[in-house]
Amino acid sequence: MLGLNKKDTSLLIVVALLTLLAPFILNPFPEGSAMAQFNAGYPDLMQRFVIFGIFAIGFNILFGLTGYLSFGHAAFLGVGSYSAVWMFKLLSYNVIPAIALSVVVAGLFSLLIGFISLRRSGIYFSILTLAFAQMSFALAYSVLSNPKFNLTNGETGLQVYADDPQILQGANAPDLPHLFGLPMRATYTMDVGAWSFDFNAGYYLCAIIMMAVFYLSIRIFRSPFGMMLRAVKSNQQRMNYTGLNSKPYTLAAFVISGMYAGLAGGLMAAMDPLAGAERMQWTASGEVVLMTILGGTGTLIGPVLGAGFIKYFENIFSKINDNVLHSWFAFLPDGLEDAVVFVIHPFIGKGWHLTLGILFMLVVIYLPGGLVEGGQRLLKRFKRKKKDTDDAPSGKTEPAE
Amino acid sequence: MAILRVKDVSKRFGGLKALTDVNLNIEENSVHAIIGPNGAGKSTLLNCLVGKLMPDTGSVLFNNNSVLGLEPFQINQMGISRVFQTPEIFGELTVMENMLIPIFAMRDGAFRMHAYETIAREREVVEQAEVMLEEMNMADKREMHAASLSRGDKRRLEIGMCLSQNPRLLLLDEPTAGMARADTNNTIDLLKQIKDERDITIAIIEHDMHVVFSLAERITVLAQGTPLVEDTPEKIRGHPKVREAYLGEAA
Repeated sequence: MLGLNKKDTSLLIVVALLTLLAPFILNPFPEGSAMAQFNAGYPDLMQRFVIFGIFAIGFNILFGLTGYLSFGHAAFLGVGSYSAVWMFKLLSYNVIPAIALSVVVAGLFSLLIGFISLRRSGIYFSILTLAFAQMSFALAYSVLSNPKFNLTNGETGLQVYADDPQILQGANAPDLPHLFGLPMRATYTMDVGAWSFDFNAGYYLCAIIMMAVFYLSIRIFRSPFGMMLRAVKSNQQRMNYTGLNSKPYTLAAFVISGMYAGLAGGLMAAMDPLAGAERMQWTASGEVVLMTILGGTGTLIGPVLGAGFIKYFENIFSKINDNVLHSWFAFLPDGLEDAVVFVIHPFIGKGWHLTLGILFMLVVIYLPGGLVEGGQRLLKRFKRKKKDTDDAPSGKTEPAE
Repeated sequence: MAILRVKDVSKRFGGLKALTDVNLNIEENSVHAIIGPNGAGKSTLLNCLVGKLMPDTGSVLFNNNSVLGLEPFQINQMGISRVFQTPEIFGELTVMENMLIPIFAMRDGAFRMHAYETIAREREVVEQAEVMLEEMNMADKREMHAASLSRGDKRRLEIGMCLSQNPRLLLLDEPTAGMARADTNNTIDLLKQIKDERDITIAIIEHDMHVVFSLAERITVLAQGTPLVEDTPEKIRGHPKVREAYLGEAA
């Protein structure tokens, strides 16, 4: 289907079902129950899942295929956000031109940075991209924000003001990002018994775009171009002596992944019309590296899983506080309860980074292929067990010779 | 007619004269071996032919076109393929993919953004790769990762990858270095077969005299960065200058 083989088609269908049904899947616990805080099915978080999924899918095209580790991809995300907000300010709150411009501007910006950074490989390439990203951050944070020329609005962040031109903004159009009149914040809440599910317009826009770019990434992975990118990672010497110029291949991969990042940045601004310089900081670049490695570098679905995993931790784990812990361990005797809470305390709330760090270390050491490898191993073990039980009876009936 | 003409090529590395006034003609459709003791400048010469090094003086003409100053991929596109001392293949890719890449490179040139096509739909390229794998006796290993092949198979694959591009000139840099006797003999047989079946010029740099004398039609002896003699294998075998270069004056 769609020019994919069976395995890829079923993967695409699974991803489509998961994203479309996410409001149900992420809200498994009834409202008001003790577990309700583990529900992740609210619009804001679901949007972040898919937006960072897009960011990581794009990053994986560069890092997973060519092996070039960029430490500056957040710069493209930030550029995308700024472009989108400028579109809101100048044209209208319609998200289509905003998202289109963010992809184009991020593409051009990554062409420039890629062209220079790709003169080196390995750690030097990483350092160059990091330097560029930090320069972009400094530009956005202070240099490009002065009374004479205010492109980024510095610390406050770029946002839409009442006196902005918005030349195409119709009189009746909603006063916040919308898709031809459908506001991104529009949410339909469905109550089923004790459960409540949110269907948000912005989330579904992001989800559909993510499926489209996920499909595109499968096509790239399976194309001759994708094979050439893997050849870059495997052996550049052989590639050059085979009549192939590896530079345009890596640059193309860099620009594609920069455009994915720009798209993610544009969508972020479309969900919340605000762009700040902190989106470009090196921690944000590092985050997408973590997502990709955690999920499984070079795999199709890994980066999406990694993005979901980290965002879930960031938003859900960080909300658990001592009160919640006390309520969980209330069944223990008082002294013991306090002791248990004391031990767990550093790993929750603001300490969620600690838990994430430990998990990351465990994954890198025991599952170098990331969560995807973990899944494959579980599947294999499950299959083997099933096979063993199938074989067992027939083994008995065979006569020993 | 000479397909490759090396004229007055010199190369220095700081104070070291690696090559001094090297003149060498390689005739079309011949097997030409370049031998010489360690440090004679064989590898430097080879690197000057494929664009890895730029000689200080002199010219290198392939098919009457200069190759100096060109990138390795451009020289390959002109029709020169190189086999390395340790097989250079795409280890993380499958044997089949290894074979597809040079064929795509030949068809599409140094760069093409075919990001939306599917490899399986490129029937012609896939077919050519399959024929080549068959010819190399590797069809049964097509789904294996190239890194997991034996040393001999890696060499076969690399030679096959080069041949799939129908090069006019095949350069081999010590193709049997570090190989067991059986693998060496297999490689010799393979190269003999290539020589008989194809319209191809082979230039080979080799240490192993057994390999040189079973393949070469012409031999150039290189010593201290300059060609000592060039002749047929029979003449080279007993040549006093060659003995001297290899064994020192005492012999």
